[in-house]
Amino acid sequence: MFISGLIDTYSHQVYANPMENDLSDLTLQVYSVTDLTAYIRAVLESNENLANVWVSGEISNLSRPASGHIYFTLKDAGASLRCVIWREQARHLSAVLRDGMAVEAHGAVSVYEQGGQYQLYVDGLRAAGEGLLYQEFLRLKTKLEAEGLFDEEHKRPLMRLPKIVGVVTSATGAAFQDILNTLRARCPLVKVVLAPVPVQGEAAPELIAAAIEALNFSVKPDVIIVGRGGGSLEDLWAFNDERVVRAVAASRAPVISGVGHETDFTLTDFAADLRAPTPTGAAVMAVPDISDLNIELRSYVLRLSQMAQDEINMRRYDLVTDAHRLENLSPLWQVRQGMQRMDDLSLRLAAGIRTSLRTEAARLASIVGRLIVLDPQNVLRRGYALVRDESSALVDSILKVKLEQTVNVLLHDGSFDATVKGIKK
Amino acid sequence: MAKTPATAQDLSYEQALAELETLLSSLEGESKDLEGTMALFERGKALITRCQELLEKAELKVQQLTSNGELTDLKEQG
Repeated sequence: MFISGLIDTYSHQVYANPMENDLSDLTLQVYSVTDLTAYIRAVLESNENLANVWVSGEISNLSRPASGHIYFTLKDAGASLRCVIWREQARHLSAVLRDGMAVEAHGAVSVYEQGGQYQLYVDGLRAAGEGLLYQEFLRLKTKLEAEGLFDEEHKRPLMRLPKIVGVVTSATGAAFQDILNTLRARCPLVKVVLAPVPVQGEAAPELIAAAIEALNFSVKPDVIIVGRGGGSLEDLWAFNDERVVRAVAASRAPVISGVGHETDFTLTDFAADLRAPTPTGAAVMAVPDISDLNIELRSYVLRLSQMAQDEINMRRYDLVTDAHRLENLSPLWQVRQGMQRMDDLSLRLAAGIRTSLRTEAARLASIVGRLIVLDPQNVLRRGYALVRDESSALVDSILKVKLEQTVNVLLHDGSFDATVKGIKK
Repeated sequence: MAKTPATAQDLSYEQALAELETLLSSLEGESKDLEGTMALFERGKALITRCQELLEKAELKVQQLTSNGELTDLKEQG
């Protein structure tokens, strides 16, 4: 059978030209279109170069039928090539295709048998030029890495609660609004200073670098957010510019980068002290949440009122003890002396003590009055709890507990022991 | 206390919180006379009030650094 002979030849001589051996057969016999097309397909698919190829060209005749597959023709001045992107691959495309777009497509060449067409089955696609940009990205990354610009030991810690947050981004971009909204919602205590810059285009790198320096020089922020919203690799390119990367690395204030989306990485990200997935993420990292500050403050209120309570109890106890000692002392004094004058003296003394006790008692009453506001019971009754560890030390941070540690939780009507099952930040 | 403390109203949130921490350690430490202890409690209350006030009244300040190095208030659009 012709077709089985063909397939045999093909499978045994994958890298040779299958035509050579079968040339005689082909000239002698007449084959069906199907057989010949299957043969051509086998020939094309056996070629390693065609199975894994990048092709650059311009998109035309773009068609997206309801099936979800994408069809188009790639062409340049001299030729055109039919292309297919199957639905599964089409779903993963990051670029939005349109006619006239210059792209680089990756895939394998094969044959659409019914149509009698060879075509490129595309499994990857990028805007033209991205390949070159990526090479430049890698070259610069290697160079700056070797200089130590990305070293972990150069990373500076962030201040817990910064006073001034510097922002280097476009004044009109969505990124700045995202940053402002996040800062306002999380921690309106801070002051924001924007150094407005263009975030793409020829002039952007120099101006971004200058803005970082200017902020450090004249504003001295506690942290700087450098960022912009999402875009193509080309749009984000300013953040791969050597001048920007060096300015970030040299910044006196720690820098948080928030460039593009989660999946975008720029050299600025590597040089920054902290990399956030988005501008919003950068703002989240820059400041604490005000509700956490409130909780922390409440723990201070509890500690202070607890101490006030202890202090009052202690002094009350001391007063009672002193009073007893004095009462015991004065009759003894009387008996031992038996003298009228001494009697008088001791009476006067007792009166004096009562006066001083009354003064102290009045003073205490005023302390109690002033501190009743701070009564921990009042706070606990509102639903807050006081958490202490085994040594009764206050647990006011997740850093003070470990998993499975037993803690005591004090509520207004009693307490219970609990085991730490999870720690979240 | 030995040093004369600034009015709580003039302190930043972090400053007030830091002083509060020191004050609590001091209260937990050696015992003082009634006057001294009372003063510490009063100061503690003032510091807490200051912090609460700052948290409640906080309003994001936004400025812009112009190209000639001046700071101007930034009015937000929308």
